[in-house]
Amino acid sequence: MSAERSAVAAVLEPEPLLQNNPSFAAITNVVCRPVELEVKKTPIGWILSFLVAISLLGLYGATLTYLVTTGVGVWGNNSPVYWAWDITNFVWWIGIGHAGTLISAILFLFRQKWRTAINRFAEAMTVFAVLCALQFPIFHTGRPWLAAYWLFPLPNQMSMWPNFRSPLMWDVFAVSTYGLVSVLFWYVGLIPDLATLRDRATTRTRAILYGIFAMGWRGSNRHWQHYERAYLILAGISTPLVLSVHSVVSFDFATSVLPGWHATIFPPYFVAGAVFSGFGLVMTLMVLAREFYGLKDLVTMRVLENMNKIMLVTGTMVGYAYGMEFFIAWYGGNPYERFTFINRAMGPYAWAYWTMISCNVISPQLFWFRFIRRSVPLMFIISIFVNIGMWFERFVIIATSLHRDFTPAAWGYFRPTWIDVSMYLGTFGLFFTLFLLFLRFVPMIAISEIKGVTPGASPHAHDADHGKEAH
Amino acid sequence: MSAKTAVTFEDNVWGVVAEYKSPGALLEAVKAVRQAGFSAIDTYTPFPIHGMDRAMGLRPTILPYLVLGGGLTGVGCAILLQWWMNGFDYPFIIGGKPIISYQAYVPVGFELMVLLSALTTVFGLFALCRLPQPYHPLFTHDRFPRFSDDGFFLAIEATDPSFSEARAREALAAAGGTEITVVRDISET
Repeated sequence: MSAERSAVAAVLEPEPLLQNNPSFAAITNVVCRPVELEVKKTPIGWILSFLVAISLLGLYGATLTYLVTTGVGVWGNNSPVYWAWDITNFVWWIGIGHAGTLISAILFLFRQKWRTAINRFAEAMTVFAVLCALQFPIFHTGRPWLAAYWLFPLPNQMSMWPNFRSPLMWDVFAVSTYGLVSVLFWYVGLIPDLATLRDRATTRTRAILYGIFAMGWRGSNRHWQHYERAYLILAGISTPLVLSVHSVVSFDFATSVLPGWHATIFPPYFVAGAVFSGFGLVMTLMVLAREFYGLKDLVTMRVLENMNKIMLVTGTMVGYAYGMEFFIAWYGGNPYERFTFINRAMGPYAWAYWTMISCNVISPQLFWFRFIRRSVPLMFIISIFVNIGMWFERFVIIATSLHRDFTPAAWGYFRPTWIDVSMYLGTFGLFFTLFLLFLRFVPMIAISEIKGVTPGASPHAHDADHGKEAH
Repeated sequence: MSAKTAVTFEDNVWGVVAEYKSPGALLEAVKAVRQAGFSAIDTYTPFPIHGMDRAMGLRPTILPYLVLGGGLTGVGCAILLQWWMNGFDYPFIIGGKPIISYQAYVPVGFELMVLLSALTTVFGLFALCRLPQPYHPLFTHDRFPRFSDDGFFLAIEATDPSFSEARAREALAAAGGTEITVVRDISET
């Protein structure tokens, strides 16, 4: 590298990816430590969080029992709001999942090396969020074990097949494909790290359990060759997949003829919102985990700042979509469409609409300021706002478009029942139970990937400037 | 019995392994060992090393072709499935749309293409790497577990036509290797 080029690079890359230039062994140690603690030494914070999470999971179990034995009538859904919290929660959870795939796939294709600090974490979140999302479509059928032939083309005694012209059918395929591919992507990335845990195991049980999941990985270059290509292919096919999933979710609304839903802007608008909300939750959880597990050398301020920049961009895109919806409602000249949007901002659900605008449009704009992008407490607070705002976005789209039907005689106002509330809280129990188990038993940072971006990983390390990542 | 087994182990040399201190040193060692005429070699590292495939003279992986096959199967099956179910076996009219509304086949066609590509990628990877493989002779080497932390290993396997224990040791040492060890295959077959 010439002196001139390295000077330019120094301006473009003012901060190293990892702080204090940790050695390979130091990286292994810091990431493996929380996973390798003895049972007795489990941190009290983890135990308390787990108790809360598993209590919510218990609440979820009780709620589901009541829901399934009684019927979905125990939800607040009623004429004219037949779709309410169930689909709101479904879209919210599935949106959260999108950050994981964006980080693991799209940022990989764009060679954004900072992603290695957070990709494992975000991928785990994706898998668990998709699982939570799936709860709602499954249980809204009332009797899921009888409903399998509505959802999947299963041969049945009535010789009926599902209607593939329905976006709800596309949704089944999109979400189940997304869930499966996310699990595969996550697992493939985990194999070398599971081998690390196997090789460091101090008890026979650990060696056997991690050994089974590591499948005999031995870091052979003949394997790495296939592995790297497989990873690239998975990233390549996950990129259009992640864009397609939330597009298909938006088709559930956009292909209807309901004012407020019938809009061609929905697919890109939903995808931007999904990435926005996903980064919100990754940020909320990563800030906590980074403090709690002492990962500041690996998850550096530069990584957090980059995530905040992505939230700024996607938040602005979402704000643009909100504005454009209003513009089209006026410019399109359809009185029903216009009424829906005036009602959205000024009607009985105005409180929800303005909550959404404050959280999603105004709060991310604070990230224009560098000191806010780099302030851990502020980014934590804003990320919570983003989570809240994005839930309200889905609620606003769904409830405000439905609650004032074409004839005023059919107007209504949706109120959730306690079953709606406990079911939503219950999915948090499911999510956090799985997530805490992940933090306890699986390395939360991709060890082999992050080693690969350290300065020492380049075979030409002695040529490169110190403090630069490998290339 | 035990004496006989011991003799078998003694004969059953799998290869010779050496350690190198950095990715750069390993890359140079691979070049040197190939120069010395060995081809049945492999490296064992905590992460993939840039340029190692070329240094080892590996042919490109066939995985992308397998995935292409998987993806085409996925999209083909999806279109046939939708056509047969909605257009042939159980035709019904919804919303006045034609019985065979091929435009609506796109989302499911795309999703199944991705699904089968992903499954082919992952299971193709396992097949090409011969995983899962619970036993490998290298796992008997005491220092080998360091490969997943910060160890950089190079092995010359006994299947190499020009292999002899002494020659392999010499080549690995000449390339800067330390902790040179003979690894034996203790499996019964």
